[in-house]
Amino acid sequence: MIGFISYAVFFSTVASILAIAVLGLNLQWGFTGLFNGGVVAFFGAGAYGTLILGGTPQADHLGGFGLIYPLALAGGAAVAGLLAWVVGILTLRLRQDYLAIATFGIAVTFENVMRNAEALSGGAKGFRGFERPLRDLFGDGFGYNLAFFCFVLALLVGVFLFLERLVRSPFGRLLRAIREDEDAARSLGKSPARVRLVSFVTGSVIIGLAGGLYATFYAFISPQDVLPTLTFQIWAMLIVGGAGNNRGAVFGAFLIWGGWTSSGWALSRFAPVEAQLYTGSIQYILIGSIIVTMLLWRPQGLLPERLVISQAGQPRKPRTTGSMT
Amino acid sequence: MAEPILSIRGLTRDFGPFRAVDGVTLDIRTGSMTGLIGPNGAGKSTLFNLLTGALAPNAGSVSLKGRDVTGLSPDRLFALGLGRTFQIPRPFARMSVLENVMLAPTGQTGERILGPFLSAGRVRAEEARIRQRAMEVLEFVTLAPLADQPAGKISGGQMKLLELARVLMGDPEVILLDEPAAGVNPSLTRILIDKIEELNRGGKTFVIIEHDMDFVMSHCDPVIALAEGRVLFQGTAAEARANPVLLDAYLGAMADG
Repeated sequence: MIGFISYAVFFSTVASILAIAVLGLNLQWGFTGLFNGGVVAFFGAGAYGTLILGGTPQADHLGGFGLIYPLALAGGAAVAGLLAWVVGILTLRLRQDYLAIATFGIAVTFENVMRNAEALSGGAKGFRGFERPLRDLFGDGFGYNLAFFCFVLALLVGVFLFLERLVRSPFGRLLRAIREDEDAARSLGKSPARVRLVSFVTGSVIIGLAGGLYATFYAFISPQDVLPTLTFQIWAMLIVGGAGNNRGAVFGAFLIWGGWTSSGWALSRFAPVEAQLYTGSIQYILIGSIIVTMLLWRPQGLLPERLVISQAGQPRKPRTTGSMT
Repeated sequence: MAEPILSIRGLTRDFGPFRAVDGVTLDIRTGSMTGLIGPNGAGKSTLFNLLTGALAPNAGSVSLKGRDVTGLSPDRLFALGLGRTFQIPRPFARMSVLENVMLAPTGQTGERILGPFLSAGRVRAEEARIRQRAMEVLEFVTLAPLADQPAGKISGGQMKLLELARVLMGDPEVILLDEPAAGVNPSLTRILIDKIEELNRGGKTFVIIEHDMDFVMSHCDPVIALAEGRVLFQGTAAEARANPVLLDAYLGAMADG
């Protein structure tokens, strides 16, 4: 029983961290229509940033600024935001498909820089020398994990409430208008370039926050954690859950992470030994199939976007079951 | 003749070797309802796109209320009092009709990302005011009953009315309408014309591209005809009707398709 609860806490912590990242992507794609194909670069920037800022001094690589944890975490998110700002200035004028390619390239570049710039990141061995905050208080066992889960959950709720308020505000209305028709928005006096940049940076800060939490949880980050797979997992969570719906984003994160971990478990338990060698590959095939199936069968996701009815105050499901564009 | 609200001088735009608008010089009279006619490919929509900043001219200039606005972006021009609708309606499809209209006012406090958090009270007050005005404008164009519908689900004619409503929220002095009656059923066309005339009597200037000759001849003054990117004719509807060159060029080209 303890084993189960302990696992449930572990699972929920990772799922909640990923849910934060999905919420960040949802702001970019679901509400603004920005195709971020390099989610993992911003996740990684937050992760490396947090560890470098909050770690203890190291001989072989950068780090050891030893900032108190909240500052290190915020700093990591800010690093992700800074990266997004630079990337945004360079690429946000590109059309949708080009933006996807450019951001994907940036993610691959990021991974390779982290793998090779040993003085910065510790290279392929990963980044060590970070101590989880408040270990003295909570120890290393279940108690710590439970406390950390509560912290992650509080941040997830905070990010969720922030975004819910944001997307129903005039700013959110502007984001959605730009997503629907940029030229029409421009003809009504709006300047899409600025708004797209603000949305891209804000979403990336949130994704970077998730990366910082992820690195904190494992007290470690390596280039293996910032492979393109994570980008696809986060995208699958958003597509399955429902782009343009924050509840859907969180729901999709738990559902897909549940599917991912249980498929790994099931394969290791039930698959023939020869097949187990390919567990990872089979899981990739599964996640790809899920994305394709959803896009064909229910492109709006399990919890579709709701129409904002500002008059009655109560959002209502749109009658449209149109495709994602 | 009153001071022109729009002065167009030698406006020219090329698409590769093709000159779509060729040295157009025009004055749009303040408070007029100017009709812009011409066969397909005459350069009417390109001229609109040049006037609204959606396209940059290769040569020539545009002034709005005496101020040179050549090459300004559409958002700047909207803020300066020039609004437009599109030939094919462009609603924000997955937003409600009301939201489409509430979007339009420029400089909303809540449009800044931290506005809804740092100035919550002010944003709420602004929203209440904008919502009320949006409902009035929707009443005016007879779309109020559809306020909570997704804008992508209303009829094509209603979308034309919605575009007019959106533009009106910005209270521009000049409104460019690109084929407002095309594809709209007669009863909605009637409403649309009534609303345009009412606004025109209230002092707004309209420039209207329209293929429906009955509409142009009975409502527009002056009438301007373009052909092959040039101004072929300008004058009153009566003069247009009596002009053999215009009849020949326009109807001839129309017959050719």
